Amino acid sequence: MKTKTEMIEMIQWIGEPVVSVLVLIGAILSVLSAFGIIRFPDVYLRSHAATKSATLGVLCVLSSAFLFFWIYDHYISARVLLGIVFVFITAPVAGHLNARAAYRTGVPLWKLEKDELKPALKEKGIDREKAKKEPLN
Amino acid sequence: MLQVSLLIALILLSIAIAGCMYRVLKGPSMADRITALDTIGVNLIAIIAVLSMMMDTQAYLEVMLLVGILAFLGTVAFAKYIERGVVIEHEDEDRDDRDDSVDR
Repeated sequence: MKTKTEMIEMIQWIGEPVVSVLVLIGAILSVLSAFGIIRFPDVYLRSHAATKSATLGVLCVLSSAFLFFWIYDHYISARVLLGIVFVFITAPVAGHLNARAAYRTGVPLWKLEKDELKPALKEKGIDREKAKKEPLN
Repeated sequence: MLQVSLLIALILLSIAIAGCMYRVLKGPSMADRITALDTIGVNLIAIIAVLSMMMDTQAYLEVMLLVGILAFLGTVAFAKYIERGVVIEHEDEDRDDRDDSVDR
């Protein structure tokens, strides 16, 4: 039978590599998403890189922060959990709105073969070729 | 070991923000810049989390939430601005007989 301090030491001994590896995985995913943002040829592909892998990287880092404060300070941080939920909800919404605005203002697509959205938008009275020529005031 | 990996993560996240900054400066269209700015905000949240782990304090966690909210609101406002749209869309109004004098 182990005492309580021995149990706590054992938990910290296990938790330290877990926290370190989670932080490193999150940072490497963020670097990969930045690489995708630089290298992809198109706004839509770039927003794919920015939305998915950056979100996963930040979720890994925030999970490791949650584990860190739980293991070392014995403090379950509701603010970190709130941050995880908030990033997880808002990142896809922001990416979707941004890609929609980009398409409707006529940002060109890379290697376009078939565009089924364009006639559907024209029926609603939105012309992306016309919107491309209008300057932002 | 933990401090070393936190330092490495901080350096990697700074490199990621520098890469996004390149896209902000160069980006051919406005939407590129908005995408990169949103990613900078998301990476900033991660940097604040790593810093609060490094200094072993919980004082920075509110800053994390605030940066997240501000980055999201800024992205939505910018996207609506370049789309020349309204912030809240009313689907029930018909587009054809909409009067311009009514505030949208």
